[in-house]
Amino acid sequence: MDLSSINPLVLLASIMVASTPILLAAIGEMVVEKSGVLNLGVEGMMITGAVCGFVIATETGSPAVGFIAAAIGGAILALLFGFLTQYLLSNQVATGLALTLFGLGLSALIGQSYVGIKAPVTSNLHIPLLADIPVIGRILFQHDMMVYVSIAIVAAVWAVLKFTRAGLILRAVGESHDAAHALGYKVVRIRMLAIMFGGACAGLGGAYVSLIRVPQWTEGMTAGAGWIALAIVVFASWRPWRVLLGAYLFGGVTVLQLNLQAAEVPVPVALLSMSPYLITILVLVIMSINRGRAALGAPAALGRVFHASH
Amino acid sequence: MGNEATLLAVEGVTKAYPGVVANDKVSFSVAPGEVHALLGENGAGKSTLVKMIYGLVRPDSGRMVWKGAPYEPATPHAARSTGVAMVFQHFSLFEALNVAENVALGMENPPPMRQLSVRIREVSETYGLPLDPDRLVGELSAGERQRVEIIRCLLQDPKLLIMDEPTSVLTPQEVDILFETLRKLSAEGTAILYISHKLEEIRSLCNSATILRLGKVVGTTNPRESSARELAEMMVGQTLHTPNRESADLGEIVVELTNLSIKSANPFGTSLKGVTLSVRQGEVLGIGGVAGNGQDELLAALSGEALSTPSAIKFKGKSIGNLGPNARRGLGLLAAPEERLGHAAAPDMSLTENAALTGTIRRNLASKGFLRWGAVEDFAKEIIANFDVRTPGPDNAARSLSGGNLQKFVIGREVLQDPDVLVVNQPTWGVDASAAASIRQALLDMAAKGAAVICISQDLDELMEISDRFAALNEGRLTPPRPAKGLTVDEIGLMMGGAHDMEVAHVDA
Repeated sequence: MDLSSINPLVLLASIMVASTPILLAAIGEMVVEKSGVLNLGVEGMMITGAVCGFVIATETGSPAVGFIAAAIGGAILALLFGFLTQYLLSNQVATGLALTLFGLGLSALIGQSYVGIKAPVTSNLHIPLLADIPVIGRILFQHDMMVYVSIAIVAAVWAVLKFTRAGLILRAVGESHDAAHALGYKVVRIRMLAIMFGGACAGLGGAYVSLIRVPQWTEGMTAGAGWIALAIVVFASWRPWRVLLGAYLFGGVTVLQLNLQAAEVPVPVALLSMSPYLITILVLVIMSINRGRAALGAPAALGRVFHASH
Repeated sequence: MGNEATLLAVEGVTKAYPGVVANDKVSFSVAPGEVHALLGENGAGKSTLVKMIYGLVRPDSGRMVWKGAPYEPATPHAARSTGVAMVFQHFSLFEALNVAENVALGMENPPPMRQLSVRIREVSETYGLPLDPDRLVGELSAGERQRVEIIRCLLQDPKLLIMDEPTSVLTPQEVDILFETLRKLSAEGTAILYISHKLEEIRSLCNSATILRLGKVVGTTNPRESSARELAEMMVGQTLHTPNRESADLGEIVVELTNLSIKSANPFGTSLKGVTLSVRQGEVLGIGGVAGNGQDELLAALSGEALSTPSAIKFKGKSIGNLGPNARRGLGLLAAPEERLGHAAAPDMSLTENAALTGTIRRNLASKGFLRWGAVEDFAKEIIANFDVRTPGPDNAARSLSGGNLQKFVIGREVLQDPDVLVVNQPTWGVDASAAASIRQALLDMAAKGAAVICISQDLDELMEISDRFAALNEGRLTPPRPAKGLTVDEIGLMMGGAHDMEVAHVDA
């Protein structure tokens, strides 16, 4: 065992990078679920975003363009889900699972000739003044742009849901689509927009893996991050800042346990590998103990099929 | 029609759905300040008509005129900006949102939340409908929820207010408050389109009435000058059959509750506190009360969904408080809960399957753990035939039936099992007048044959019509039963908790 090989500064600095893909996917899915739709295809949309972002970024040489392409790719795949579930009224669970399988296959096909290539480098920002603060600057203010974009998205989602009319309507649709319809809101249109937003966020999360975290393309490289994102939404009680907490907690424990494994701590590797899942779930469950459904924020119409009766 | 005193004129409006003509050349008009009643049985086309006025449905032909100009609302938004507001029968509210947010969702240009809360308080005090804008709607009683809907409408300063069956969930005192509000609005020049089955209400509130039957206008009258019976007969198109009560000799006590207290399973529910009652063979006990005062809990306690100490509930002298629903069914204690879809019936299962769900034990529909489907289907057909359930056949899903038809099925299923005691909650909620009369008659026939009936209802006219004795639930407590004959509305109101009910709901939630 050699704990001294772990540099706490590097460890803390890498938490944000490790957490960002899950955070992006989870905050997108949270908006989708707030509108009353359960899209289990997050993994499929992430991997599609990962390959779209990678291909476009290597072709154009610009990671920024790659990220935009990833968002579009994820949104298009989500659009497919939306069309099936909202217009053809297919089962959301089955369609979401199919979307994941479809996304995995499609991404493998698109990415065939890109295996082994290195992605163009995304430079880290060096935020003036803040980045020069000792310790904190290194941990918080010397990352790539997407880390800050993801936090900005969380803040924006929180503000929109809490303070704006658009957010209120979105929550209302997720709470009771029949009542929202009776008041004249376009339930299907609102849900399609939410679904596309969720797809775009998942796409960004996937591209973050293939363009920054790894940065390379391999088949199935999101490796279940989409499922974690889904779980975090539920355990975070559909609250944006708790989603952030859950994602960072998961990312943090993941990084830590990898370091512990490398340092050959005398704990079975299997236990270490499962620790991020256990700790994240435990913390978020404890936080939401003893609360009614209303306080938990679960959208009452989640996963129900909406069919206008007239 | 079309003169200057007319606010809204509906002229020859027709709307057809596949297989049904919901509205057939319907015409009527409403003047400012007029309280206009729309009368008709379920399926007469009242809802479709008001949905067209509110922009939810577009007419196939015919036209509507608003203050002399053509009126074709494509959406509820358009209708609201013209000045039409609507209070829905099934509340269009969001339980997890607070009062102010719910109000904001129904407005075109809501002010910022803080201002809106202030205005909600102002308007609610002006019209005598107290309401706290910050409370979650999920915690409110039915009467308070309706206030949310009404205030949502009033804040938009409507010219025409549509009210769909507004009084079905209110106490007599709450109805009085509502009528005060409506009269005040009418005096201020707001036209009101009032949909109801309750004819006495219409006679006391409305200036004119349009009566619909099977999508057509069959009459326009001044309800103050016609009797309730005349109105009902125009609505039904036949002489109305009122249940006749043959008072049977009361037999032994069959069910006895002694000091029954049960905590509600629902976090927003009301716990039962020391409920004591007894019912004899051949007796109908009516239990009134405002919604949410323990009705669901009392039914659950009697049906066996909620268990209690064994001796708190006695059936023919035997302690059964700890027995589940199937054991009680076996003994002869049956129940039909209020919520048809999801409680009394499984929505996506066929009528045959639903018949099997409660009927298996008493009708002996299973042998050695296998259902005898032939017998089950016969049972379902028997219910359909005896209770005039309108459906293509027993293979149809429960969800596909209209509320009234499903209610007839649910009540019929229990009645045909020949119970010793039948507990029903809201047996005629949302059921049209003639079907309601036949359900009540079925309950009375059962009592005449010696069964005991406990009828929990919020429809006081119904309770007065069929009950031998009457008791009321208030905050989970049951008043001592009194003979129903000779009870006045005031006495009933006092039993139900009187005007301070409004406050009760606050404390309770």
